[in-house]
Amino acid sequence: MELEKFVKDFAAQLDETDPETITAETEYKNLDEWSSLIAFAVIAMVKVEYDKTVTGAEIRHCNTVGDLFNLVAAK
Amino acid sequence: MGAFLKAISYYLPEDTLTNEMLAVEFPEWDVDKVYNKVGVRKRHLARPSVTAGDLAEKAARKLFDEKGVGPSDIDFIILCTQSPDFFLPSTACVLQDRLGIPTSAGAFDYNLGCSGCIYGMAMAKGLIAAGLASNVLLLTAETYTKYLHPLDKSNRTIFGDAAAACLISGVEGFAEIGDFVLGTDGSGASNLMVRSGAARQPEKTARESVDDDGHVNREDYLYMNGSAIFNFTLETVPPLMKSLLDKSGIEKADVDYYVFHQANKYMLNTIRKVCGIPADRFYMDLEDTGNTVSSTILIGLKECLRAGKILPGMEVMACGFGVGLSYGACMLHF
Repeated sequence: MELEKFVKDFAAQLDETDPETITAETEYKNLDEWSSLIAFAVIAMVKVEYDKTVTGAEIRHCNTVGDLFNLVAAK
Repeated sequence: MGAFLKAISYYLPEDTLTNEMLAVEFPEWDVDKVYNKVGVRKRHLARPSVTAGDLAEKAARKLFDEKGVGPSDIDFIILCTQSPDFFLPSTACVLQDRLGIPTSAGAFDYNLGCSGCIYGMAMAKGLIAAGLASNVLLLTAETYTKYLHPLDKSNRTIFGDAAAACLISGVEGFAEIGDFVLGTDGSGASNLMVRSGAARQPEKTARESVDDDGHVNREDYLYMNGSAIFNFTLETVPPLMKSLLDKSGIEKADVDYYVFHQANKYMLNTIRKVCGIPADRFYMDLEDTGNTVSSTILIGLKECLRAGKILPGMEVMACGFGVGLSYGACMLHF
């Protein structure tokens, strides 16, 4: 798993935020458009792209995109 | 002896709740954005005085009108509902009388949600195979919207009320009911639940908490842990599909069409991708109904037949999953 691809995959789930502004350090829950629908999109992306399962609780407990990458990579 | 789908009809209550109406209540709501994700423009709502039994009666009467099938032909009624008219008796028993079905017919309710249509077909096939019935009236009816809290924006966006009726014959029909795979994971029961009002918690609690998705869990209303249900579906459906193909001896490439429970557009698109199903073989239409729980698959089959998406000779896979947590899939040979 590559961090760079994961960050791009994550950014692609957002509708209103410029994907270029998303980095591994982005605290995603502070994004204006963050919602449970975006969280579902991330769950789906992780399943489709990486064939791994991330839960709503895990997404809620991570802070940055990099934290989430580390969590998924460790699965 | 086989079992066959002989007729399908459905009924939607007249009152509707549109996205524009929801946007008035929730001004922060972006109508287009939510429509794009969830796939629903309007949902039908049963009025306070209208029960799931009333909706089921209407669906059954439409079936009788459309197909020249009479109440006297029915020798078994099974009704899937989680919003029964009474704690007891079974709503199916009340409907036997209201529909003028002979007293020699068996009748019972069963309590399932999104997997209910599949289980109904399985039980009808079993009743026919056991020689207990030859014309089973399968009814699915739900008024989930009455379980929703007025402030529960997410679920009010998704769910709509409806009933469907299906005649399953031991002699003839437009599709033979094939093999089934069924399953249950009760460890997830609390992820989709109305907690109070029945024996475990008779009194209302007025308790509220916030879940992992940031949604409010109100014990006196329907609660759905969206991400948990989403993950359950993504974990369950691909192996379920494979098991059914193996059991049926059918290659995936030979399945002409898929009619899955219409949960919401977002979940369906994801399941479709995870299962590797082409979009042109995958039914998706909840625009004017929303998620009608146990009725979505029968409504889908009816609409596919009407639109010519399902034709004689086709192999169709139907699949339901949700509250319980319960799941099931079957092959239908058109």
